[in-house]
Amino acid sequence: MTLGVVVFPGSNCDRDVRWAAEGCLGIPTRFLWHEERDLSGLEAVVIPGGFSYGDYLRCGAIARFAPLLQEVAAFAERGGRVLGICNGFQVLTEMGLLPGALTRNQKLHFLCEPTALAVQPGRCSWLQGYSAGEVVTFPIAHGEGRYQVEPDQLRALEDNGQVVLRYRRNPNGSVGDVAGLTNAAGNVLGLMPHPERACDPATGGVDGRRLLASLLG
Amino acid sequence: MPLFSARVLVSLRPSVLDPAGEATRAAAARLGVDGVSRLRIGKAVEVELEAADADAARQQLELLSDRLLANPVIENWTLELKDGASAGA
Repeated sequence: MTLGVVVFPGSNCDRDVRWAAEGCLGIPTRFLWHEERDLSGLEAVVIPGGFSYGDYLRCGAIARFAPLLQEVAAFAERGGRVLGICNGFQVLTEMGLLPGALTRNQKLHFLCEPTALAVQPGRCSWLQGYSAGEVVTFPIAHGEGRYQVEPDQLRALEDNGQVVLRYRRNPNGSVGDVAGLTNAAGNVLGLMPHPERACDPATGGVDGRRLLASLLG
Repeated sequence: MPLFSARVLVSLRPSVLDPAGEATRAAAARLGVDGVSRLRIGKAVEVELEAADADAARQQLELLSDRLLANPVIENWTLELKDGASAGA
């Protein structure tokens, strides 16, 4: 089991993910530079938080065209497990691996705080360590995390069990209190909160451990 | 090849909240400009592009606008291709 961690110019949670996976849970990781194309030997890929390519134009808009992400799209298509955290979630929506878009927080503030989330794991392979309706606390740290999708699409996502993480107290104005989404197959997860910052007891809580530990399954 | 100039205007779709526009609208009132009932912030992107002819330029600019400059999930775009290409300018 090796976990690939995507590194763009401007990524800043890549080392946090490595520490959470490798340091806290003993899962070997490999950094993947954005110009690479080699995903051989990887069971899963994380697109971490940060500001890929400076987030110029729109968050994740330029990252989508990185050579590495063409391979990540094919990897996800084959059923490979892909996790997008914060900027990684924004990138997944820009790539079209997940529907909708992330926009400016309703009150414009950058939000950085622990946040309670209700989990509905459904088919999502990343969340099988959590029970339905369980409430966990992960930190958020974003300025553009307001999930936006048309109402009929939101209903379709809800009906299909793809809204797997919801804010208990919506911090940013996301429609449907959406904090995290999975794709129809359940192998791709995107979420604004940071599970990798909830793995080391030194940083407050360890609710995020089970998400990464699902790789040890 | 002739050089074409264009301007792509990107705006948030009407159904998408624009909190930055709302904050700016509130500031307009503080400036003393009353009666601003709507203020939405978008982007203007100026592009110069070499293409065989105006049709080819338009095709490339539409692809650029739809796939990169705007995200159709949340944004609309319009393209203004300037008349009269200035060859080799």
